[in-house]
Amino acid sequence: MSLKHIDLLICCGSGCISAGALKIKERFHEVLKEHKATNEVNIIETGCMGPCDYGPVMVIYPEGIFYKHVTPEDVEEIVSEHFIKGRPVTRLMLQEEEKTFAAQKDVPFYQKQIKVALENCGYINPESLDEYIATGGYEALGTVLTEMKPQAVIDEMKASGLRGRGGGGFPTYIKWQMVHDNKADQKYIICNADEGDPGAFMDRSILEGDPHRILEGMMIGAYAMGASMGFFYIRAEYPLAIKRIKMAIAQAKEMGLMGDNIFDSDFSFDAEVRTGAGAFVCGEETALIHSIEGERGNPTPKPPYPAIQGLWGKPTVVNNVETFGNIPTIFRKGAKWFASMGTEKSPGTKVFALTGDVKNTGLVEVPMGTTLRELIFDVGGGMIGDHKFKAVQLGGPSGGCLTVEHLDTGVDYESLKERGSMMGSGGVIVMNEEKCMVNVAKFFMDFCVEESCGKCSPCRIGLKQMLEILERITSGFGREGDIEELQRLGESISKLSLCGLGQTAPNPVLSTIRYFRDEYEAHIRDRSCATKVCKDLMHFQIDKDRCIGCSLCARNCPVKCITGSRDEKYIIHQVDCIKCGNCYDVCPVKAIDKEPGMHPDTVAHRAELSKAVNRYEDL
Amino acid sequence: MKTLADLKKIREKAQEDMKLRGGNVRIKISVGMGTSGIAMGAREVMKTFLEEIAARNLSDVLVTQTGEKGLSSMEPVVDLIEEGKPKVTYGNMNPDKVKKVVVEHIVNGRIVSDYVVATGD
Amino acid sequence: MYKEICAKYAPNKDNLIYILHEIQDTHPQHYISTEAVNEISKYLKLPENHIYGVLTFYSMYSTTPRGKHIIRLCESPPCYIKGSINILRKLKTILGVSVGETTKDGKFTLELCACLGVCGNAPVMMINDDVYGDLSEEKVEDIIDKIRGRN
Repeated sequence: MSLKHIDLLICCGSGCISAGALKIKERFHEVLKEHKATNEVNIIETGCMGPCDYGPVMVIYPEGIFYKHVTPEDVEEIVSEHFIKGRPVTRLMLQEEEKTFAAQKDVPFYQKQIKVALENCGYINPESLDEYIATGGYEALGTVLTEMKPQAVIDEMKASGLRGRGGGGFPTYIKWQMVHDNKADQKYIICNADEGDPGAFMDRSILEGDPHRILEGMMIGAYAMGASMGFFYIRAEYPLAIKRIKMAIAQAKEMGLMGDNIFDSDFSFDAEVRTGAGAFVCGEETALIHSIEGERGNPTPKPPYPAIQGLWGKPTVVNNVETFGNIPTIFRKGAKWFASMGTEKSPGTKVFALTGDVKNTGLVEVPMGTTLRELIFDVGGGMIGDHKFKAVQLGGPSGGCLTVEHLDTGVDYESLKERGSMMGSGGVIVMNEEKCMVNVAKFFMDFCVEESCGKCSPCRIGLKQMLEILERITSGFGREGDIEELQRLGESISKLSLCGLGQTAPNPVLSTIRYFRDEYEAHIRDRSCATKVCKDLMHFQIDKDRCIGCSLCARNCPVKCITGSRDEKYIIHQVDCIKCGNCYDVCPVKAIDKEPGMHPDTVAHRAELSKAVNRYEDL
Repeated sequence: MKTLADLKKIREKAQEDMKLRGGNVRIKISVGMGTSGIAMGAREVMKTFLEEIAARNLSDVLVTQTGEKGLSSMEPVVDLIEEGKPKVTYGNMNPDKVKKVVVEHIVNGRIVSDYVVATGD
Repeated sequence: MYKEICAKYAPNKDNLIYILHEIQDTHPQHYISTEAVNEISKYLKLPENHIYGVLTFYSMYSTTPRGKHIIRLCESPPCYIKGSINILRKLKTILGVSVGETTKDGKFTLELCACLGVCGNAPVMMINDDVYGDLSEEKVEDIIDKIRGRN
């Protein structure tokens, strides 16, 4: 007999775990025991609820009360006040502009969202097959297997208009059709969970929060194309996702939802988990296939496409996690319903990972075509502090940045591409006015250089060249013509590289040149970084009027470039300064300022040096 | 599991276990759990509701709790909220009265007027 | 020991990555030694150069001995934007090592890594299998102290 009258859903996505969710769960067990109330509360660990910045978060049913930033010390109060006495703890609720949002559904973060792939994430216990079934799980698979021919499944996919959510936006049904039409004794289906884009974590969250959904989506695809074996290729950096999907496979097998003659049809299916070992390029489908085969994850030229010759030479489909996540719902609610959301060319919803200088970082799902403004300011809650929005980088290192003028652009595959950015996997990195765009572009380039597999020369050598030019510019050695050189290199690398990594790697540089050319020019011509991020293009200055002559700065300077006395006050010898910022941090009266631009002394010193070098070279 | 009917059976059972998280609720019982309510035995009242409902397998009835209702002299106070009908508030509840309310009101749809202290919002 | 680990897997080439993972995870110094490569080579009937080719391709494998706890600080843009540079400086100071080095007592190795996918709680780091988010300089000190204290 169940006396449980409370469902306590604790978000145990990686974000909340990193903020201490597991300790809180333990504490609940202890406190409930002390209050002899263990038989009144179901403690359920769920996947990611979305608003990672509020973490650790929890939702308490039946009321649907949402608590944020919960600490182990709060648990006693939640149990004794809310659970025992029915008085929800107001101070743990979201409070904004003197309003309190008690119920999860009222929290502004959730308001504009429509959840399809994330439907169950943060709502069900991901380790319970029963809970997935309770939400309608495996109904789509059952219907497909018992009532639909494989071609009808593909036709339904075509009608839904679903496009690959991993980045390229290739219509999913075309891949399926190609493998379906390719007669072979063995075919494979692969779930690409090698989510390496910095700033993207939707695949991890869905795998952790609703693993059965992905499994069901994969099986529907496998049936449509005639594959009997599937692989989940998951990054080794995601141990929890690996554990959850393995558990889901075992549960499905035990229940008879996987194995031979599923739903008494002649469809049989098995799946295994394969892991990577830290290589960004393995997100590219041919590289991924080689990695599963136990090789270096080098991409190979297409054609042959994996649909013709893939894993171990057999026809193979590689679909992204989020793509699979949409499929069960498409078959449960119909292709028409799915196509009615989003835009004409990009139907449905898309999961975005909001990160950077935005208030509500986390995972959100909105219809395609939602504007950047709605995404960043309504769902994301706007910028942190009093800062201004400067730019947003979409699509990680493969994408491009957009600016204030694009805020009213609807987010879909085409409109982003037109503006020099791309959907990518859906990482949205928001930046405020303190960020230097040249520096950001350099940072992304550095990432691509590091992750280039080295197989084709445009990517291996070309990206390195671009990085060197960027380093030159940010360290004050930029030359006239560097911007044009970057553009020329970028365009050739895009055209000539073998795989998506190289083809898209120049995007951040090209798009920042397109929208922030004046910043590049200031770096090169004025030797100045207006945001004071590039160390060589800024300097520290002690204000004599404010300086109290305490000598703290001089004593903390690691290169002893600050001298002075109590009467004369202190001064920084610019040529020797390494811009470590110690003096700035320790000054008790904040008498040290960061100034944009290279100090005239440094400019003169560098000119001397280069003269000397030239003389030496002339000899 | 071999058929969609098998799946449906599992689903219905599983939905029952998840009913606290919304879905198919006909009657919501809301027990006032303020300090005075608890002092007067509200926890016993709530427990009895939960036991009775579980024993009778009433899958569309939900028990929740709220804070002080401001009717101190009539604690423990319980609201029965039914979709499309005025709210019924019972006062001075105890486990025996709870059993009667479950049988009469929840199962048979007859309000136990002797215990009612207020109706409507 | 290497033989036993190999024997858990079928002698197919596609198991190479998993054998390497397990050997590295179970080795107290978290690395893959030349003896291990030699053993795998015999078991999978693959030339050693193939195994080195694979193992040096993936950033998670190490061919040099490392510390008991491996600290992997995320160096991706979302963490960078939220100040991972300061966290790195702090880690270097309290551990007294540079990136890629191991502390003298053999307890910690400091590494940088690609995105850990916890960007909502940037900056983040992973120590062994545990992820720590919303890092500040004080928090880092606290975390390292706790791990030091445990052993």
